[in-house]
Amino acid sequence: MSEEGIVKKLMYVNRKAPYGTIYALESLEVVLIGAAFDQQVSLAFVDDGVYQLTRSQNTDGIGMKNFSPTYAALGDYDVRHIYVERESLEARGLTVEDLMPLTYEDEDDDWAEKESLRVVDSSELATLMGEQDVVLSF
Amino acid sequence: MSLLHTVNKSPFERNSLESCLRLAEDGHAVLLIEDAAVAALNGTAHTETIKNATGRLSMYVLGPDLDARGLSRDRVIDGIEIVDYDRFVTLTCEHDSVQSWL
Repeated sequence: MSEEGIVKKLMYVNRKAPYGTIYALESLEVVLIGAAFDQQVSLAFVDDGVYQLTRSQNTDGIGMKNFSPTYAALGDYDVRHIYVERESLEARGLTVEDLMPLTYEDEDDDWAEKESLRVVDSSELATLMGEQDVVLSF
Repeated sequence: MSLLHTVNKSPFERNSLESCLRLAEDGHAVLLIEDAAVAALNGTAHTETIKNATGRLSMYVLGPDLDARGLSRDRVIDGIEIVDYDRFVTLTCEHDSVQSWL
């Protein structure tokens, strides 16, 4: 192994709504931990996973921590690729306007702020999944 | 007998809401809680089914569960009443028993 270590393409696939189960929060924690290891990380939000990214989440009434603001920090952890499946949004009557804006700063482009969230259709997501060294499912 | 059915799983993920609606008798109450709150919205693949159910069942959704998931109360299907935890307790008391669809 070289000093830089091995860089793998890692994709986290999120398919559960937040708060009803612990999957969403656990996934986010693993992503943040994993980000410290300089891997090529991407996130995919599919099925009920798209609800994790909705704007204006307010958990005051259910006595749980609202962890949705943490997704906005992913850019600072060099997570630049966040894919949302178009078909999953459509089946739920949601559009990209219902989701939080997620960005990163591109150091190769004078730290310009760029979108990290991208809506992709199933066939494009399938291709992206096929390119990964590791896919982690939550 | 008047029953209150509670459903806590998303209809996109499990068939518990579908089974509940199939087996609940006319006049029964159905309360959508936790991840099932997503079923209360207009414009989803399940909206038609839920809308039809409001004609024969008393349908409710727990407001705090909508808020937690960033789901606007304005988008809830007409005929579904948004309730708080106090009303959840009252509903429980008003019915002979509660059936939880897990």
